[in-house]
Amino acid sequence: MSEFLEYSLLGLLSGGVTALIALAFVLIYKGTGVVNFAVGEFMMLGAYLYYAGAVSFGLAPWLAFLLSLFGIGLLAIVLERAVLRPLSGQPVVAVMMATIGMASIIHGGVEAVWGGDTYSPPTLLPRTPLKMGDILIPGTMLGNFTVASILIGAFLIFFRYSKTGIAMRATASDSVTAATLGIDINFAQRLTWLLSGLVGTVAGVLIASSAGLSPLLAAAALGVFAAIILGGLDSILGAIVASLLIGWIEALGAGYLGGKSRDVLPFVLVLAVLVFKPYGMFGTRTIERL
Amino acid sequence: MQRINNSNKGDSPTAGLSLAVQGVDLSFGGIRALRQVSFAAPAGQITAVIGPNGAGKTSVFNTISGFYRPQAGRVLLGGDDITDVPVHARASRGLARTFQNIALFRGLSVLENIKLGGHHTMGTGIWSAMTYNRAAQREEMALREEVERRVIDFLELDHIRHQSVDVLAYGLQKRVELARALAMRPRVLMLDEPVAGMNREETEDMARFILDVQEEWGVTVLLVEHDMGMVMDISSQVVVLNFGEIIASGTPTEVRNHPLVIEAYLGVESSESAGAVA
Repeated sequence: MSEFLEYSLLGLLSGGVTALIALAFVLIYKGTGVVNFAVGEFMMLGAYLYYAGAVSFGLAPWLAFLLSLFGIGLLAIVLERAVLRPLSGQPVVAVMMATIGMASIIHGGVEAVWGGDTYSPPTLLPRTPLKMGDILIPGTMLGNFTVASILIGAFLIFFRYSKTGIAMRATASDSVTAATLGIDINFAQRLTWLLSGLVGTVAGVLIASSAGLSPLLAAAALGVFAAIILGGLDSILGAIVASLLIGWIEALGAGYLGGKSRDVLPFVLVLAVLVFKPYGMFGTRTIERL
Repeated sequence: MQRINNSNKGDSPTAGLSLAVQGVDLSFGGIRALRQVSFAAPAGQITAVIGPNGAGKTSVFNTISGFYRPQAGRVLLGGDDITDVPVHARASRGLARTFQNIALFRGLSVLENIKLGGHHTMGTGIWSAMTYNRAAQREEMALREEVERRVIDFLELDHIRHQSVDVLAYGLQKRVELARALAMRPRVLMLDEPVAGMNREETEDMARFILDVQEEWGVTVLLVEHDMGMVMDISSQVVVLNFGEIIASGTPTEVRNHPLVIEAYLGVESSESAGAVA
């Protein structure tokens, strides 16, 4: 029983960072209707920038972190302006292909500069483990979960109540109408990309500083797809719940069935849910009105 | 000019502005959607733009809204040239519109949709809204009160305010869209086919609301509509478009009897049919 509790706890905690990555996807999907396949690469590049700042240039970790946020934020704004804005009005598939292209370029660039080795950047958060009875929780895991929770909470409030958040939701829902109501839709879309890039960077740095940094980090985002599809592509709440659920299932699988099941179980779960709920647990059901 | 007497307590920020289109040319590739279109909608009056399908009515609307950038010509709002003003900035200048196809935010309630119309009037920034401080709360309350009093009661939407817009009947959805436009505190209200697809009773309700808005708020109304009965009843001026050109304008009676208008709507004797295009 204590084994079950331990696996569950660790699983839920690891689900926090998954939720953060999922948020980076959902933000852009909600804001622009595009699945951004470059989220993983943004994450990875952010983590490498952090590593470069903190290790290669010897800056304080927090300063390196701020600089990596700044760098990715700038990149997100530039890409939005240079690649995505000109593609607005084009079929969604074209835009998705562009994001795949961006992903390849970033990925190749990172490998060209840093190679395929695994680095271990310094941690941002304290490493003190927490002991609960006979369960030992690693400090990084607890820290990652806390950061992820705070950030996600802030986003939920932002979208629900702030004028800018409402403007972003309106733009996502119907950009033409939003514009006639006085909402600057270009600004809203730029902000969407910026926020998604920043959230991805935070996730990337958290993962890299607890699990090591290599180009494989980008692939972590692909695993998050399971959570996004499960939660419903356009639901932030769904992404959170599904991320926690998947983290839990993964940890139980890894604990009882062995580490390899970690790659299979989430997708089995997704498949099972989609058979009954094709739009995910919380996604918007689209009904064609004839 | 009798509207000044019953406009409510001299609310000058909502008094109508004149709207003018001057020499507008608009083409898409080789198709000239509008040629040298000029007309003026006088402040505080109802002006209708009519014409057969494909005449360019919606193109005129989209040019005024800022979705289309004309190749030549100007759009003037209250005498100011707004041709180069971006779409979203026209809202704060007092321009509001509804769409031919209903463009409500699905999944939101009637009240939420209407309150979005007041979006551009709110100044609260990200931080005060995130903490939802006193200023933000006060502003939201003020907007809510204004919306309640001036829009929801006015358009008789009280009983459905908390319903999702998705489930409403078509005529009611159109009314909610009008309500949202009114929540923008417009000075020029553009209505793209406000009674399209409505039955007789719904059409009469809508016509009454439009007249009330014009009389009580002093708003300038510009309307595109196919329902001739309604257009002739409520408009003070009618502009007729055909193949992207204005072929007549004037009072409803003048327009109704104009030979070119009759020709455009009913066609001409067969011997002349080729000349109808010119």
